[in-house]
Amino acid sequence: MKVHEYQAKEILSRFGVRVPRGRVAVTPAEAGAVAADLGGKVVVKAQVHAGGRGKAGGVKLANGADEAVRVAGQILGMKLVSKQTGPEGRIVHKVLVEEALGIARELYLGIVLDRSAELPVLMASKFGGMEIEEVAAEHPEAILKQHFDPCAGLQPFQARKLGFALELSGDTLKKFVKLVTALARAYNESDATLAEINPLLITTDGDVLALDAKMNFDDNAIARHPDIGAMRDLGEEDPLEVEASKYDLNYIKLDGTIACMVNGAGLAMATMDIIKHAGGAPANFLDVGGGASQERVENAFRILLSDPEVKAVLINIFGGIVRCDMIAAGVVAAARKLDVKVPIVVRLEGTNVDEGKRILGESGLALQPADGMADAAAKVVAAAR
Amino acid sequence: MAIWLDANTRVVVQGLTGKEGQFHAAKCREYGTKIVAGVTPGKAGTAVDGVPVFNTVVDAKAATGCTASLIFVPPLGAADAILEAVDAGIELIVCITEGIPARDEVVVSQRLAGSGARLIGPNCPGIISPGKAKLGIMPAHIHREGHVGVVSRSGTLTYEAVDQLTKLGMGQSTCVGIGGDPVPGTSFVDVLEAFNADPQTESVVMIGEIGGSAEEEAAAYVKAHMKKPVVAFIAGQTAPPGRRMGHAGAIISGGKGTAKEKIEALEAAGIRVAATPAEIGITMARALGKA
Ligand SMILES: Nc1ncnc2c1ncn2[C@@H]1O[C@H](COP(=O)(O)OP(=O)(O)O)[C@@H](O)[C@H]1O
Ligand SMILES: [Mg+2]
Repeated sequence: MKVHEYQAKEILSRFGVRVPRGRVAVTPAEAGAVAADLGGKVVVKAQVHAGGRGKAGGVKLANGADEAVRVAGQILGMKLVSKQTGPEGRIVHKVLVEEALGIARELYLGIVLDRSAELPVLMASKFGGMEIEEVAAEHPEAILKQHFDPCAGLQPFQARKLGFALELSGDTLKKFVKLVTALARAYNESDATLAEINPLLITTDGDVLALDAKMNFDDNAIARHPDIGAMRDLGEEDPLEVEASKYDLNYIKLDGTIACMVNGAGLAMATMDIIKHAGGAPANFLDVGGGASQERVENAFRILLSDPEVKAVLINIFGGIVRCDMIAAGVVAAARKLDVKVPIVVRLEGTNVDEGKRILGESGLALQPADGMADAAAKVVAAAR
Repeated sequence: MAIWLDANTRVVVQGLTGKEGQFHAAKCREYGTKIVAGVTPGKAGTAVDGVPVFNTVVDAKAATGCTASLIFVPPLGAADAILEAVDAGIELIVCITEGIPARDEVVVSQRLAGSGARLIGPNCPGIISPGKAKLGIMPAHIHREGHVGVVSRSGTLTYEAVDQLTKLGMGQSTCVGIGGDPVPGTSFVDVLEAFNADPQTESVVMIGEIGGSAEEEAAAYVKAHMKKPVVAFIAGQTAPPGRRMGHAGAIISGGKGTAKEKIEALEAAGIRVAATPAEIGITMARALGKA
């Protein structure tokens, strides 16, 4: 799960990470009021679930409340297109208005899980403001790494090592150590999958603050953090994906024309791949899960078909514990109820497959049976043309 | 000989009294697996289909001499169940549960190191040594006893591969589902090492997917040590970056973990990679000179 910058800053500051003073606003007038409260120069920042806003015109300086109203008016409602949003961009519905601070240095801090080491790793670099992937490509030697024990947490000496390597000293170093250890605690205790501060600001008077903040959370752990769960912004997600998530269906919208319904994530990915191999393009990823009951199949169908690009559907089920005859009955009932207009190719394999095929054949519906994944892919690609 | 699991392995099922635990334990028994105990806190003294239930894994082990555990415990309690099994000295732990937080898995990984226990999963179909025993939720009837070792991060895609092998007359020594999570207890390399040493296993099918670098690590192992032919398939060639494709571990992040990178690494190590999921069986047949 992703959250906005202002929400990430709220979470981080609870753990003791220093952030600029500021508040979120949804109208230009509100933005002006926040600016007036803060006094002096402010920065108005678009709140969307994507980075690279600065270069895309989503972060602007304003001198006082009146200018903040004007700048917020430009940003609110704009379609922000950055490297991370993709060409379709994102409409901005909220801005964060915060105090503008004097910049001496911009650094990078980020924590992710290192899957090979099976430990969280803190990364730091002196190239703040640059995306970490870019730094990795251009200056790989500049990325400092520190793994840490998730139980004991990041130790102060580990943070100091990084601070000295980044040429910090005195009071600034102390503030850096405090912020970094707080960031590591926030990552750990809130079940984050990413905690990134880019840039970390060293102010002209030696202060250390998180100018930007990005946090992603482990969907499997959200139940442990209802406060974070409540921060979910459905407006930032694809509406069909939101609908699917209500039924616990794993659906990801893609831009092709062949919808697929598959049981199991690996088989679902492999089904998308073989559609592409056969010359088509998948419209989605969908794992209906092991159960694949009639109700699930029905909901899945409804969601698949509400994508207007869809020209044909491929159902690929490997019945293991679930029986093919049960699934076939579910598919037939759902297709009847929803009066499906596009061609449907069904490939069933596994337990009770013959009975399943008989049910499909006798249904009177225009369901095309297929033998094996290659045959299924060829048939559905032809049907979509 | 197969690896890790045979007809003599004595098994405790953690979560035996739940719906899933009871259903799959019965299927495992039907297949010949020795299910000797169940554990559900607070239900000691009861029995499920004649299998005695204990409060703790330690109690179950003392009473029945079980050395393996099969876990069907809900996600937020599953890490605790694994740690309990490790603490009791269980040697082989198979965790089916999907949806365990990654942080819990990191903690489990720390505890497993040096403990002598092997964890398979979580978020996996389990392990089967066809003709001997199964510890998991896979449909037994698609398997045949034979000489191909199978290792995979996915469930149904493994069934697909096994089904193709069986239909082409190639039985399996052991099939291991290592699971789709970011911190699996057992890696491809662990399984490849075991297959390399197993006299029954003559070749290996390895099924990977996008995310992480476990396939690249496996490629390096195969290049340096593997004495048996390996055939692979990688799922997710059409997966968009930055999206989790069903499995918690199946995500291309920061441009890393793509199918393309993995296929290149595998091919550079001399592994034949099936172009589509429909060709896994036939690719193995060709590798063995049978087609
Ligand atoms: N409060 C602030 N005071 C001064 N400069 C800021 C402030 N917030 C952001 N900036 C400047 O704007 C740049 C981009 O902002 P950032 O929050 O990193 O957005 P993004 O990463 O999406 O481009 C920063 O690198 C920094 O130079
Ligand atoms: Mg930034």
